Amino acid sequence: MNISVAGENSLMIYFGEETSPVVSARVQHAVHLLEEAFGSVLIDMVPSYASLLVIYDLFRTDIHTIRPQIREVLAGLDQVEVQEGALVELPVYYSLESGPDLQALADRADLGVDDVIQLHQAQEYRVYAIGFAPGFAYLGQVDERIAAPRLSTPRQKVPRGAVGIADRQTAIYPTASPGGWNLIGLCPQPMFDPNADPSMPVQVGDRVRFKGIDRQSFLELGGML
Amino acid sequence: MTGVVNSTVNNAVSNSVFIVEQPGMLTLIQDEGRFGAHSLGLSTGGPADPLAFHWANRLCGNELGVSALEVSVGGLVLEANVTTRIAVCGAYMPLTINHREKSLWCSHHVKPGDRIELGFANEGVRAYFAVAGGFDIPTIFGSTSTVVRESMGGLNGGKLQSGDVLPCKEDLNGRCLMLPRGYRPLYGHHAMLRVIPGYQQHSFSRQQQRRFFSHEYFVSAYSDRMGCRLEGAAIRADIGGILSEGICYGAIQIPPDGQPIILMNDRQTIGGYPKLGSVLSLDVAQLAQLKPGSKVSFELITVEEAHNIHHLAASYFEQVKTEPC
Repeated sequence: MNISVAGENSLMIYFGEETSPVVSARVQHAVHLLEEAFGSVLIDMVPSYASLLVIYDLFRTDIHTIRPQIREVLAGLDQVEVQEGALVELPVYYSLESGPDLQALADRADLGVDDVIQLHQAQEYRVYAIGFAPGFAYLGQVDERIAAPRLSTPRQKVPRGAVGIADRQTAIYPTASPGGWNLIGLCPQPMFDPNADPSMPVQVGDRVRFKGIDRQSFLELGGML
Repeated sequence: MTGVVNSTVNNAVSNSVFIVEQPGMLTLIQDEGRFGAHSLGLSTGGPADPLAFHWANRLCGNELGVSALEVSVGGLVLEANVTTRIAVCGAYMPLTINHREKSLWCSHHVKPGDRIELGFANEGVRAYFAVAGGFDIPTIFGSTSTVVRESMGGLNGGKLQSGDVLPCKEDLNGRCLMLPRGYRPLYGHHAMLRVIPGYQQHSFSRQQQRRFFSHEYFVSAYSDRMGCRLEGAAIRADIGGILSEGICYGAIQIPPDGQPIILMNDRQTIGGYPKLGSVLSLDVAQLAQLKPGSKVSFELITVEEAHNIHHLAASYFEQVKTEPC
C-alpha cells in the first residue's frame, strides 16, 4: 500500500499495480474502514480498480495528521482475510434483436452466437470501478475469447440497459448515452435510480453474474425494445 | 446513499418567485456542490468561482452555500414576483433593475414587477446571482447543483430556460450591504496557477516538468465546466495511460496530445490519463473567470503551503467588513 498526494486536500491510496479480485476487495474494505474511522472529515472518496482517492476537509485535519492516521486504520489490510463482495445476479436478454454487435463479435471470435452468450454468462465478474457516467459500473474480466476492442465509430445513442463489451471489460449503460462498446444484450434492471435506496444494485468490490432471460421475461421485467 | 428528491419548496408561498424571461448563454442553479456521491459516478458540480458565489450569498445575509444562479457570459433577464434582496458578484456584467444601472458586489431591494437584466461580461466569465434566503430548489443527492452532462440538479437537470419559475422567500426587512471597492476581485487576462505536485508526477522527466513550469499556456475556447483545456508547449509523459483512478478538483491531466487539461467542477470521477499534480482550488476559481485566449503559467507550491493559503484566505474572508449601501 502506498499513500501519495493527489491535491491540496486529496490523498491517493494505491493497493497494487494491477487490479485483481483481491486488490479490488481491499479497496472496498478500505472504503468501509475509512468511513467508520473519519466520518465527515472525509468529504468524498473515489474507489477504483486498484486505488482509492480520499478527499478530506482541510479545515478539520491536515496532511500530517490524516496521512499517518489512514496508514494506521488500514494497517493489516494486506493480512486481513478479505470478505467477498456481495453477489448480485443481473438478468440479460441476449439476442440479435437486443444485441446489435452479437453477430460481429461471434464472427470475430470464430464462435457461434450461442457460444458468445454462453461465455458471457459463464464468468463471475467483479465491479472494479464506477464512473464515466452516474451508475456506470466497469466489470471484469470477460473470457479472452469474447474480448473485443471498442467500435471504431461510437454510436450516437446506446439505449439504457445495453450490455456491452470493451476489451476484457463488460458493463451495462445506466442511461441512454453515446457509446462505443460492443452491444450483446439488454438488462431490464435499472442500474441507476436516484429515487431508489440504494441508487445502484452494485458497488465497487461486489460480484456480478449474468443470467440469460427470454424476450417475454425481459418485457415482463419492465424492459423496453 | 440515496438521491431521493428532497423538496424544501414551500408551496404556501410559491407565488414568491422570479420568472426567467431570458436564460442567457448558460445559467445554472448551483449550491456548494454534491459531495459523497463520487462512488456512484456523480461529479460535484457547484460554483466554478466559489469566492464570488460566497460573496453573493453573504451580501444577501445568507448561509454561504445556499442555492444561487451561476450566470456564464451573461444575457440573463428575470422578472421579480416577490419583495426581497438580490446581489450579483463575479464577472463584470452590467446589471440593471428597471433599466437603472446598479452595482455588482452590492445587494439591492427588488419588488414584484421589477425587471432585472444582466448584460454580457466585460471582465471575467461567470457571475453569481443570489437572493435573500436562497432559491428554494429540491435537492438530489443532497445538492441542488446542476451538472448538465449528468442531467442532475437544478429544475430538471439542465440549464435555465425561458419561462422557468424560481421559487424563493419574501424578505421585507433586510438591509442592503456592499463589499467595499478595494476588496473586489479583478479579472484579468492572465493567471499564475499554483500547483501541488502529485499523482504521476514522477512519470514526467525533469526536462518535461521544467518545460511545463517555464511555458505560458493559452486558455482554449473548448473549455467548459468539466475542464479547462490549455494550448501551448506539449508535455510528454513516460507512460501512455494508467489504470483508471479518482480525479480530484484541479488535477492537471496530460492526454496523448500533450496539451494539459485542468479538471474542474463537472469532471468525470475517474480517468486514465497521467496527471502532473493539481492546481490550488483558489486558483482554479481564477481560471474559471478567464476568457479563451487568456494566458496562464504555473508555479510549484507544497501541500503545506496550500493548507496555509486556505486558512489565510478563510480568515481574510471573515475579517473583511461589509458596509451598508
